[in-house]
Amino acid sequence: MRRLAGAFRQLRRYPSAVAGLTIVSGLLVLNIITVIAIPYPRALELWRGGEPWEMHPAYARPSWVNAFRRVNLPRTRIVSSRDAEVRSETLPSGRRMVIPLAFDYTDGAFPSEINLFLNARFETREPFLQLTWHTPDGRTVPLGGRTAARTDRVSISQDRALAGRLGLEPHEGLLARPGAPDDPEVLPGRYELRVEALLFEAEADLEATLVIYGQVHGWAGTDHQRRDLGVALLWGGPVAMAFGLLAAVGTTLTTLFIGAAGVWFGGWIDALIQRVTEVNMILPALPIMIMIGTLYSQSIWVMLAVIVVLGIFSAGIKMYRAMLLPIREAPYIEAARAYGAGNLRIILRYMIPRILPVLIPGFVSLIPSFVFLEASLAVLGLGDPVLPTWGKILHDAQSQSALYHGHYYWVVQPAALLMLTGLGFAMLGFALDRVFNPRLRDL
Amino acid sequence: MPPTPSESLLQARDLHTWFELRRWGFLRVGEVRAVDGVDFELGRGEAVAFVGESGCGKSSLARTLLGLHVPTRGEVTFDGRHVESLDREGRRWFRKQVGFVQQDPYGALPPFMTVRRLLAEPLIINGVRSRAEREERIRAALEEVRLTPPDEVLDKFPHMLSGGQQQRVVIARALILKPSMVIADEPVSMLDASVRVEILALLRRIQEARGLTVVYITHDLSTVRYFASRIFVMYAGKIVEKAPVDALLAAPQHPYTQALLAAIPDPDPENATREKAIPGGEPPSLVHPPPGCRFHPRCPHAMAGLCEVRIPDEFEPRPGHRAACWLHGRTEDDRGGWPRPSADSGPEAGAI
Repeated sequence: MRRLAGAFRQLRRYPSAVAGLTIVSGLLVLNIITVIAIPYPRALELWRGGEPWEMHPAYARPSWVNAFRRVNLPRTRIVSSRDAEVRSETLPSGRRMVIPLAFDYTDGAFPSEINLFLNARFETREPFLQLTWHTPDGRTVPLGGRTAARTDRVSISQDRALAGRLGLEPHEGLLARPGAPDDPEVLPGRYELRVEALLFEAEADLEATLVIYGQVHGWAGTDHQRRDLGVALLWGGPVAMAFGLLAAVGTTLTTLFIGAAGVWFGGWIDALIQRVTEVNMILPALPIMIMIGTLYSQSIWVMLAVIVVLGIFSAGIKMYRAMLLPIREAPYIEAARAYGAGNLRIILRYMIPRILPVLIPGFVSLIPSFVFLEASLAVLGLGDPVLPTWGKILHDAQSQSALYHGHYYWVVQPAALLMLTGLGFAMLGFALDRVFNPRLRDL
Repeated sequence: MPPTPSESLLQARDLHTWFELRRWGFLRVGEVRAVDGVDFELGRGEAVAFVGESGCGKSSLARTLLGLHVPTRGEVTFDGRHVESLDREGRRWFRKQVGFVQQDPYGALPPFMTVRRLLAEPLIINGVRSRAEREERIRAALEEVRLTPPDEVLDKFPHMLSGGQQQRVVIARALILKPSMVIADEPVSMLDASVRVEILALLRRIQEARGLTVVYITHDLSTVRYFASRIFVMYAGKIVEKAPVDALLAAPQHPYTQALLAAIPDPDPENATREKAIPGGEPPSLVHPPPGCRFHPRCPHAMAGLCEVRIPDEFEPRPGHRAACWLHGRTEDDRGGWPRPSADSGPEAGAI
């Protein structure tokens, strides 16, 4: 233990180790904060998509892109009837409400979408509404009339008739300076969507929320399901780290133990372990996992178990065997037998500790390979169906042709995080290798 | 003096330890006869030395006595109990009764354990649960081997100690379970000459103080005198001569022993140019040992027709002094009809 502590003290002399340690510990702190700030069930709920995200734009870029642009991309604006001056008059057969949803639009770029969300309260007869759009230069664009269900959504951007009238997509045409449909330009000023509602019951009520979706969202952007990629990027960290660490620990420990047991007992046990290893070494792991993912289960825990099981009888056994064979004959082990140490004690306390320091660098470098393996599986569509992971983001991006549509952020961000993780562990591993294997120091 | 049966602690009867040679892991192609028919008896509190050249099977004998090798034939009896047929509990008892000191002190200590830890190991394995008791026994053991004050070495790793200190730790570990017998396999051959005597004197002192039975295995006859009361000379897996130290050194009875003694370097400069009569040849193969007496190909007194045919019986040419050599057959019947060799060619003429 003391020698181990000394080895870690030596690490400070290697810049790559310091950098690697900084990256790894930074990621670790971030992971811990993530898990505390967004508890697991909450993360799953968010990542399932749907309602929590309906006010978010789809395919929005991360906010940081504005730092690199001359014309800033707009953020999302939400105008609610609760903040508006609602006029209401009682009629013989009910009520008439006028809800002016006004907002200032000064951004240089058009929004990505406009939706109106309605919340109506009534007994039997649905309210009837009339929508009109008022521009800063005094034009009025009728958006038609309709009835409102209890929770309703008016997709203004999807109104093909309106698009035909405007000659532009509604969310552009409604905000554009008139007369230049080929090169639309935003007309800055105060816009208003006036909702005139006829309520046929005295107790009936209506709430309306206008959402002018921006083109940027959060620090990470959103995907095709309007989900905030930030959630998955943050939660991908703990998942990747836990997966990599558990797989590395699981395979290393079991491999080490089985290798040591084979060396210690020798004879047919050793021969059996060697033969199983040789067969297992030529089995391709990835196709097996694809098969299991396709036919059995995509749960990350099943995958973890499969990786560990396939990893037990790996090439590592050959390496450990080569290292342990001379140790088996060491006089101190003979002495231990003479004072009565049992087989298990000799394997665990006398053989394995002898080679443990040499294995630590390899172990550290093994972690990112499992992180990448999990990501590869996810990219192939075999990721855990419920967990938000980096690999799943990449898979979604791939299936939505993100790069073709110019959503580079969708691919770049998880890839960068994956590379950062790999880089951190690799740099740490290389430095550890030099500390524990002094012969490499002069290279 | 040979012990009376009541004092006897350890007996080996017709002990054979053969190692199978296999090809491709399963085809038996022969065996190495490391220990090939050994009989002896050790008394309680007795120190004996096994002497022989490299590869004569003395280390294999030590490991067989320790129960680390299972004898192919024959049996070891310790304190009246057969070592091989001990149950789990008996085995534990036996492990506590026998300590082991190895040749290479650095190799004998686990390099990743501190002295405290490696001395605690035998105690933990043998059920000393109390930490305080362990600490106390560890300190007592270190003091017994004169590693004082114990605090100076307790937290050190083996590589931080000198060779002599390492061997003292090995001895402390062998003694920590309060054994009644210690087997020391070449305990000083890897140490500096300056430390050898110290370690041997220490072993001797502990042996006397505790009344320990000590089996001292060495190839170096010159160190035996410090230590043992009896010598067993081994050659090619067999004991060829058993005698009290003084008797053996004064008048070796077996031709091999005579050759061994003649090979001891003589510090007297007057003898520097004198030729020594040392038999030529090489130690015999243990896979295909010579028939009859194992020493006959190198023996200057070999009797054709007898020595290469019949394995010699053990004779007792003097009281308490036994040798497995046909030269000592008292009668012609003993020697299978061969006449007694003439006095001047007899083994006693070769005594130094």
